Amino acid sequence: MTTVVFIILLAIFATSLYGAGGTTMDPCLESMKTASLPDLPYAYDALEPAISEEIMRLHHQKHHQTYVTQYNKALNSLRSAMADGDHSSVVKLQSLIKFNGGGHVNHAIFWKNLAPVHEGGGKPPHDPLSSAIDAHFGSLEGLIQKMNAEGTAVQGSGWVWLGLDRELKRLVVETTANQDPLVTKGTHFVPLIGIDVWEHAYYPQYKNARAEYLKNIWSVINWKYAADVFEKHSRDLDTN
Amino acid sequence: MYCKKIMIVQMIRRTATCTATCTATCTTQLNYQKSKAIKTHNTQIPLACALLTCPLKLELQSRSMAASTAVTANYVLKPPPYALDALEPHMSKQTLEFHWGKHHRAYVENLKKQVLETELEGKPLDHIIHKTYNNGDLLPAFNNAAQAWNHEFFWESMKPGGGGKPSGELLALLERDFTSYEKFYEEFNAAAATQFGAGWAWLAYANDKLKVVKTPNAVNPLVLGSFPLLTIDVWEHAYYLDFQNRRPDYIKTFMNNLVSWEAVSARLEAAKAASSSSA
Repeated sequence: MTTVVFIILLAIFATSLYGAGGTTMDPCLESMKTASLPDLPYAYDALEPAISEEIMRLHHQKHHQTYVTQYNKALNSLRSAMADGDHSSVVKLQSLIKFNGGGHVNHAIFWKNLAPVHEGGGKPPHDPLSSAIDAHFGSLEGLIQKMNAEGTAVQGSGWVWLGLDRELKRLVVETTANQDPLVTKGTHFVPLIGIDVWEHAYYPQYKNARAEYLKNIWSVINWKYAADVFEKHSRDLDTN
Repeated sequence: MYCKKIMIVQMIRRTATCTATCTATCTTQLNYQKSKAIKTHNTQIPLACALLTCPLKLELQSRSMAASTAVTANYVLKPPPYALDALEPHMSKQTLEFHWGKHHRAYVENLKKQVLETELEGKPLDHIIHKTYNNGDLLPAFNNAAQAWNHEFFWESMKPGGGGKPSGELLALLERDFTSYEKFYEEFNAAAATQFGAGWAWLAYANDKLKVVKTPNAVNPLVLGSFPLLTIDVWEHAYYLDFQNRRPDYIKTFMNNLVSWEAVSARLEAAKAASSSSA
């Protein structure tokens, strides 16, 4: 009887030790939140006919989910490497973190960049973004043409972006390779619209016709989101 | 007056020919490139060229290899050595129709347009690839030229009823350089699976050794100084219709059911011949 009590007490004692952490890791890192797949703000078929339901399901549930999973795995490895003081592993993990973390960050923005037509998808932006676009690109059509040309020209996998350069206070069109976020092109760049030109973003529906995909996607681009982000940053810039 | 010489060993599937082109660039530098893919043949070519106004082309046959065939200055879209539905169910007819019929065709057509009325026009594909690779600082025509080459090489890396384990000398070398065929299989699979974004995985030969290499976008072992023996295309367009996001399944299917070890063996023979002929 006393043996059983002793074992139970031992078990409780052991569990309390485990709960206390038992490591010397920085508590900030330990409690660092893992990434999780955000829900789509609309149904999978809501962007048809511009983007098919099949693509939206694969893109969100498979591709984005894989980036999230692999990113969390890499973060976990990073935690261990840092706790062990394994500096070469810490450095080696950076490319996996950049690729998968970038994939997560980029796609999280992308879902917000899109909206069904009946929820404003395709509707031109409001001011001040609208005026800024006219000032920098001549017109909204001019901007779209430029982004389409640059998006089509991306070799291999990547993204085409409309961004705000907070430092120079102007709009920019940039492309990034693979899952590099826009900030890799300029630390002061804020993404407003990102369009995924990896083949997985359009292949089942458009096959090799990337230009066609780019032409059609504008009918579901959520300009309201871009205009809101632009307005917020413009306000911040003005008050600086 | 000296001229710049670039000697290029062309790996044209089963054949290896040496092409020396001598162009008058009025440079005062004799430039022998010693990388593995570019060999020099001092004894057969005069060193100085005087007042050349047009390119000279000297064709040398290496050993007993047959005359060069396919990859000519015409940049042809060669069909795969099998019908477009012959690789089913492992690679669908639809994939071949798009991958060969649209993607590969576009690389060839766009290359022709791109080199038209430039100094690259009429040059062999290998020459264009090396020139436009430009030591990693890629020139515009590289993508189309290398992709045209890569895809022809890819179709010929596969055959109906292919896959499985090789035999003979090739197996012996794989076992020598990777410890076992299984270890090679793992390494090749891992390279193909972990190439970020678009690219290729290769079995290549250099310095009498076999190795697995992965490359981004259009880069291939020719520009990295080794002989390509086998490749798998891991651009998403290569597998998306049949496998969607499941690249690992595509790679396994390729290894188990599609690889043409005959083609790999023939390329290995050519690579060994080309290597030793310059020794």
